[in-house]
Amino acid sequence: MQESVKPDGITPSQTVGPFFKYGLTPTGEYAWNDAFTNSTLTPNVTGDRIRIEGRVFDGDGVAVPDCMLEIWQADAQGRFADPQDKRALPNASFRGFARCGTDKDGNYSFETIRPGVVPDPAGKPQAPHILVAVFGRGMLRHLYTRIYFSDEAGNAADPVLALVPADRRATLTAVREAGKPVYRLDLHLQGDNETVFFDV
Amino acid sequence: MTFIYPTGSNAAHPLPLSPDYKSSIKRAPNKPLIPMPHTLSELTGPVYGHETVREGDNDLTRQHAGEPLGERIIVHGHVRDEDGRGVPNSLVEIWQANSCGRYVHVRDQHPAPLDPNFTGAGRTVSDASGYYRFVTIKPGAYPWGNHHNAWRPAHIHLSVFGHSFVTRLVTQMYFPNDPLFPFDPIFNSVPDEKARARMVSSFDLENTQPEWALCYRFDIVLRGKDATPMESH
Repeated sequence: MQESVKPDGITPSQTVGPFFKYGLTPTGEYAWNDAFTNSTLTPNVTGDRIRIEGRVFDGDGVAVPDCMLEIWQADAQGRFADPQDKRALPNASFRGFARCGTDKDGNYSFETIRPGVVPDPAGKPQAPHILVAVFGRGMLRHLYTRIYFSDEAGNAADPVLALVPADRRATLTAVREAGKPVYRLDLHLQGDNETVFFDV
Repeated sequence: MTFIYPTGSNAAHPLPLSPDYKSSIKRAPNKPLIPMPHTLSELTGPVYGHETVREGDNDLTRQHAGEPLGERIIVHGHVRDEDGRGVPNSLVEIWQANSCGRYVHVRDQHPAPLDPNFTGAGRTVSDASGYYRFVTIKPGAYPWGNHHNAWRPAHIHLSVFGHSFVTRLVTQMYFPNDPLFPFDPIFNSVPDEKARARMVSSFDLENTQPEWALCYRFDIVLRGKDATPMESH
């Protein structure tokens, strides 16, 4: 079955459409089980548990009720649950991935741990961050963004944030709520407060 | 060893703003994407293997008490990267309308019947050579509100992980020679004709099972790893 002919290119992306929920994020509402939830937590995971929440808006400032966000992150020690990360063994009970569909008001939330420091290709430390892929009806290809943390001193020296115009960095920075391990970040797909999306 | 994924491959994708697809107008970024080097965060990705998939999850015709109505089909193919290497152990998720073109999703209210024996969701993991296989029902075309007399060509939605967060792909598999292709703004959001053709499955007589099911072949091509290794630290 394996062809020997080299493909003439990649398979193009198409929108996730408005009806993905029963397949990708059924969360008990449909006769299908969830492969993933909005939590990366397992009983034995180590690290500071946090909640990240916010809303997704379109270019008119209208909440987007049919968006899906996926996150990918390192564990509290900055290691990825992927054998391609050849450094120290990761926290075996942490998978680093979660998925959440937005609700009718555009809300999303993730339960996870605060990630550790991951090096950039030059070996320079990156500030703790979480990768986000944004899918939705009307989005022909998913968009990539990052979540940084407002109470992280390392943001000032982060090599990826340094590529972002200073006046747009706030769109990548989740703001900690006073006295709670909860961070808020709204995503704007378009408009004056448009979230920074990366070409990766 | 970790590799970099060339971003030039992304030229095959639709542009975010494709005005004929009305929903893209307010949901596409206006500002240019910011280029950045791939770091370990981008080069790694979630690893979900067979423990995520239950036996039978790849047969959408066996999820209920009875068999669904419609034309039973086999959909299979290889997940490969653009250099032709198989992508093993990759999660493949699918969802689709039933044979009448109706989704079980609560927001699909168009007047076609639901099938109590068909949910329309499945998943599997590619094998050691990257091969995957589903059994399902051929989905119907359905109307949508994008423009006057708009109908989506029959399609199956696919979600594939690959081996990195940047190889993530959500796409749609179409059926050969669909007369709706010229009129569908989502299909035609892909600018290159050859790239559009890679979203169309081919009829596979060799693997069609006599007296049982027609077979369609759909090979999925993900971004490939450049030969330049990333420096390790």
